[in-house]
Amino acid sequence: MLEVKNIHKRFGEEEILRGIDFVFETGKTNLIIGESGSGKSVLLKSMLGLFKPEEGTIEYDGKPYHSFSEEEKRELRKKVGMLFQGGALFDSMTVEENVMFPLRMFTKSRKRDLIKRVQEVLERVNLEGSGNKLPGEISGGMQKRVAIARAIVNKPKYLFCDEPNSGLDPNTATVIDNLIMELTKENNITTIVITHDMNSVMEIGENIAFLKNGVLAWKGDNTEIFKTDDKTVTDFVYSSNLFKKVRKAQLQGH
Amino acid sequence: MSYLNSIGEYFLMIKGIFGRMTKGIILKSLIFKEIDLLIIGSLGIVSFISFFIGGVVAIQTALNLNNPLVPKTLIAFAARQSIILEFAPTFISIIMAGKVGSFITSSLGSMRVTEQIDALEIMGVNSLNYLIFPKIIAMLTYPFVIAISMFLGILGAYAAAVLGGFVGSDVFIEGLQNDFNGFHLTYAFIKTFLFAMILATIPAYHGYYMKGGALEVGKASTTAFVWTSVVLIITNYVVTQLLLS
Repeated sequence: MLEVKNIHKRFGEEEILRGIDFVFETGKTNLIIGESGSGKSVLLKSMLGLFKPEEGTIEYDGKPYHSFSEEEKRELRKKVGMLFQGGALFDSMTVEENVMFPLRMFTKSRKRDLIKRVQEVLERVNLEGSGNKLPGEISGGMQKRVAIARAIVNKPKYLFCDEPNSGLDPNTATVIDNLIMELTKENNITTIVITHDMNSVMEIGENIAFLKNGVLAWKGDNTEIFKTDDKTVTDFVYSSNLFKKVRKAQLQGH
Repeated sequence: MSYLNSIGEYFLMIKGIFGRMTKGIILKSLIFKEIDLLIIGSLGIVSFISFFIGGVVAIQTALNLNNPLVPKTLIAFAARQSIILEFAPTFISIIMAGKVGSFITSSLGSMRVTEQIDALEIMGVNSLNYLIFPKIIAMLTYPFVIAISMFLGILGAYAAAVLGGFVGSDVFIEGLQNDFNGFHLTYAFIKTFLFAMILATIPAYHGYYMKGGALEVGKASTTAFVWTSVVLIITNYVVTQLLLS
């Protein structure tokens, strides 16, 4: 479990996060949603230790991050998987080398065990047979799946995903969403996903934090978000014409 | 003020590079890869330039020797001195600032833009050590490039002077041996070692701390070339003043 308590983060005079409290639950896909500039990425980077909040605490399994020694922080990072918006694959390495990278860095296993584990993970993300390709030789959706494979190869306890669906077609986006959710359940991971995509909210939003102007404006799950009358939330959720029609149909009882 | 910040940030980067080390077996393969990219990959252009510039130095000297009282051995002497003291270590380093420096800046800059450096940090890898330390170690072999440049420069001078009919082979070789001071080679290689560190770290600084997108990668490469050249020239002046004055 990962909990943020009263997080405040400023950049100069501007306060980006203004007292966020939220519990990211283990075994669930926890979503952070909100408009651009609402503080989602700052919250994610604060949880990852890349930003230091001015106030508040971030607790990993009940232990405040700021109380971790450097060694403990390094150990924690080995338990964290991160899926970047653009994949962040090492473009000089093959798919197999990318996925093997965290294992090579932090384990002392024999090479044949590493290869076996990489093959397992690549099969899990349906990329068997693509190990020898370079990231530039595969599609955007495949790159995202390689990035997921790299993020989970070390069996992390926490999986952070920064807009995993950006730039993908709807079908591939659904495949990625389902994969993230399945992996969360299979491995009992605390998964935290930043997204703008309302389809993702509908598909995998088991525990949602909605941020607006650096404040936690609403929390709930994917069934509650479509029932709420909170205008701040409905303005965001039903901003597209498609979802406006869905809303209209809901209100008419269809 | 921003220059002072950058200088401070540069030295903090150097400290970070020698911080938590990457696993030895991984570093070893990275170092060999960097030697291939930075050193072996530069040998062609360095050899080409050295040979022909050496030839040009010999021709220019020969064409300007009008006084019959000045011995023809001066052609080889002048070529040797200019190649060993300045051309090979300094001129080639400026060329390397363009070739190797731009490569280092753009490769690290691209990694920054595409969040590959953030990925390393989040995995708990000391990205400074992983990315820049192998480049520094690879550049320790840079004096071999300069030694090759010296040899080919003098060979080019010999070819131009002898085959061009300006001087006989025995006279050229005699001139090459005249008043040879071994310390000049020591001076040249001390400079080369310092230049190697500059060539590895200043472009790395500009790439690693780059902000922005693809356009800024190009700008960072240009800035890195300018600053690397400036620091090389200043270091050359200071080292020459200290060692030869």
